[in-house]
Amino acid sequence: MKTFKMGGVHPEENKISNDAAIEVIPVPSQMVVLMNQHLGAPATPIVQKGDKVKVGQLIGEAQAFMCANVHSPVSGTVAKVEPCKDAFGLAKPAVYINVEGDEWMETIDRTPDIKRECTLEPKQIVDKLKEMGIVGLGGATFPAHIKYNVPEGKKAEYLIINAAECEPYLTSDYRVMMEHAEEVCIGVSILRKALGVPNAYIGIEMNKPQAIAKMQETAKQFEGIVIEPLKVKYPQGAEKQLINAVTGRKVPSGKLPIDVGCVVSNLGTSFAVYEAIQKNKPLIENILTVTGKKLPSQHNCLVRIGTTYNDIIKHTIGELPATTGKVISGGTMMGKAVVNLDAPTVKGNSSVLVMDENEARRNPETACIRCGKCMHACPMGLEPYMFSALVKNNRIEEAKEHNILDCIECGCCFFSCPANKPLTDEIRLGKNKVRAMMAAKK
Amino acid sequence: MNLLNISGSPHVHSDESTKKIMWRVNMALIPTLLVAIAYFGISALLISLISVLSCMLFQWLIEKYILKVPSTVCDGSAIVTGLLLAFNVPATASMLWIVVIGALVAIGIGKMAFGGLGKNPFNPALVGRVFLLISFPVQMTTWPDISKVQFFGLDTVTGPTPLGMLKERGAEALDNLPEVWDMFLGQVGGSFGEVSALAILLGTAFLLWKKVITWHIPVAFIGTAAIFSCILWLVNPVHVEAVDGVNQLVGYIDPLTTILSGGIMLGACFMATDMVTSPMAKSGQLIFGVGCGLLTVIIRTWGAYPEGVSFAILLMNSVTPLINRWCKPQRFAC
Repeated sequence: MKTFKMGGVHPEENKISNDAAIEVIPVPSQMVVLMNQHLGAPATPIVQKGDKVKVGQLIGEAQAFMCANVHSPVSGTVAKVEPCKDAFGLAKPAVYINVEGDEWMETIDRTPDIKRECTLEPKQIVDKLKEMGIVGLGGATFPAHIKYNVPEGKKAEYLIINAAECEPYLTSDYRVMMEHAEEVCIGVSILRKALGVPNAYIGIEMNKPQAIAKMQETAKQFEGIVIEPLKVKYPQGAEKQLINAVTGRKVPSGKLPIDVGCVVSNLGTSFAVYEAIQKNKPLIENILTVTGKKLPSQHNCLVRIGTTYNDIIKHTIGELPATTGKVISGGTMMGKAVVNLDAPTVKGNSSVLVMDENEARRNPETACIRCGKCMHACPMGLEPYMFSALVKNNRIEEAKEHNILDCIECGCCFFSCPANKPLTDEIRLGKNKVRAMMAAKK
Repeated sequence: MNLLNISGSPHVHSDESTKKIMWRVNMALIPTLLVAIAYFGISALLISLISVLSCMLFQWLIEKYILKVPSTVCDGSAIVTGLLLAFNVPATASMLWIVVIGALVAIGIGKMAFGGLGKNPFNPALVGRVFLLISFPVQMTTWPDISKVQFFGLDTVTGPTPLGMLKERGAEALDNLPEVWDMFLGQVGGSFGEVSALAILLGTAFLLWKKVITWHIPVAFIGTAAIFSCILWLVNPVHVEAVDGVNQLVGYIDPLTTILSGGIMLGACFMATDMVTSPMAKSGQLIFGVGCGLLTVIIRTWGAYPEGVSFAILLMNSVTPLINRWCKPQRFAC
């Protein structure tokens, strides 16, 4: 069975929300749309206080190169345009909208019919991805129109769709595969056409046998879609590791997947691509998993992007249990702890993961016993224990020489450390110091 | 509702801990301890207890009164040191007090002087053992005769070890050498942790299963010792020859006797695999194991001491930082 060759760990899977069908969360009465929902520069707001907007109307325009359009997920009147604190406490430019009714743009096809034919040329597909504000939904939120616009001199040979969902707890991709397999396959075909590659490979971890069966059956009706079952090992879904698992190729340090002829997209993205290209629907909705061991119920839900964490919690589990210790956006390995539950969700959010007080606690740190477990767990072949010592002693130059920037922050080192040393935190700090040092040198 | 916790990812942990690792090593040492008690009687149990308790006591005293840091006695590492130290001494009555000195050196100089667990360059138990070997050469090389041990008796009839006999080069040594099978099960003289290869292998299997250690160091160590001694043995197998009219042993012993006698099994499986003092990368561990194996056979064959495992491991401990510097993990896409 295919997998990446080096390192990796196997955390408890906890896919407890697997069987919860996708439910629709009601539209809230006030909506805050952040202009910075993607990697790169924030979009520029093109509406003003008092403007009427419809669902799917462009409200933030991508003017920088690395940027993506932002559309209104609701209809109503713009209340104000000013910064809003995001889930992690950082102020971001935002558009506040008072919701009135639910009036969609006429161009959007809201019928349940599945539309298979796509007559657009590759260039037109990429342009439409840009117009619809599609970004990668795997977490990095990389603007899709940049990824699918292969630079001159480079050639794409593989399209790889990441459906590994290797993070514990997350089940939104699984639900999309179970409920929208055909749309996903159409989306993948469109992306395949945009790149002009013969085959697209959908990598799915073996802990989702039903999804593999469903996708294999659906993919039969399509040309050039290969389902690739993968071993259950974290971080199977990390870009470099997934490429290694599926193609055997290795993306060198500091290079991009396209340098080895690969383009990787998340499964959720391919569903969004289907809706954007075939149904003219911009990226205004997200599928999130609401889960946690101590929650009374488990949910997968379809929300308008911008619905606050509190609203999602209110409409799914009612309220957070009194013993809640931490709320995480994303999975337990790479997700971020949410600071502000009143913040709006953004593109690329995949879950609201509620952890109990006991789960949210770290074990006390003890002395490093040089066991080397961090090194053997590292999927990039780095030496986390050494980065920890170098960063603590402010030996940033040496940390850079030992390739600290190759770290993908997957968390395998901290996860496996018997001394409970916060290795990933220290490396993150070190990477920032290295970047600051490099910027200062320029 | 309480305030939410904030921290960087990852938000889960494997629940692996130093304490768990140390207790697994202690568990793995139990078969050897039981065999020692079965062969050497109550004295083996007493020496082990005294050794373990004094290691814990010294660590606690040093942490409380000299270093003034919170005590880490509960993490079980002092118990590992105590057991290994006890396994490296003969089961005789004088060891009941000598081992206390060994414990003080092992914990005080071998470990705490460098800053405690994780910072010591040398295996503490071996530091203690070698200190005792040099300071008390007679007591440390007086071995109980395993066939004459009384279970509750403390003073036992002494007898030679296979390696000791060979070092003396007496012609009768060859006839008195124990059967290989006996050495495997433990029917031979020696320090009480060294007698039964079977018990050590049981413990090692447990450690491998629990992923506390990997196969690299033990296999490289024992394999190198076997191959090296095999080459010597093929060139000149051990035999009796008249030298100046006196019958003497000449040549080299066979590889099976080499690896089953003395401390190779205990050293390769429990001492050389100490995480703190051995290299981290797999390639480094192989180099470390090969070095230990070579040095052991060299010391045994050409050195003054009949046994060389302790010295070999300590010497390789001293180059571990260098090995760590050379042997890096294979980086992704390089």
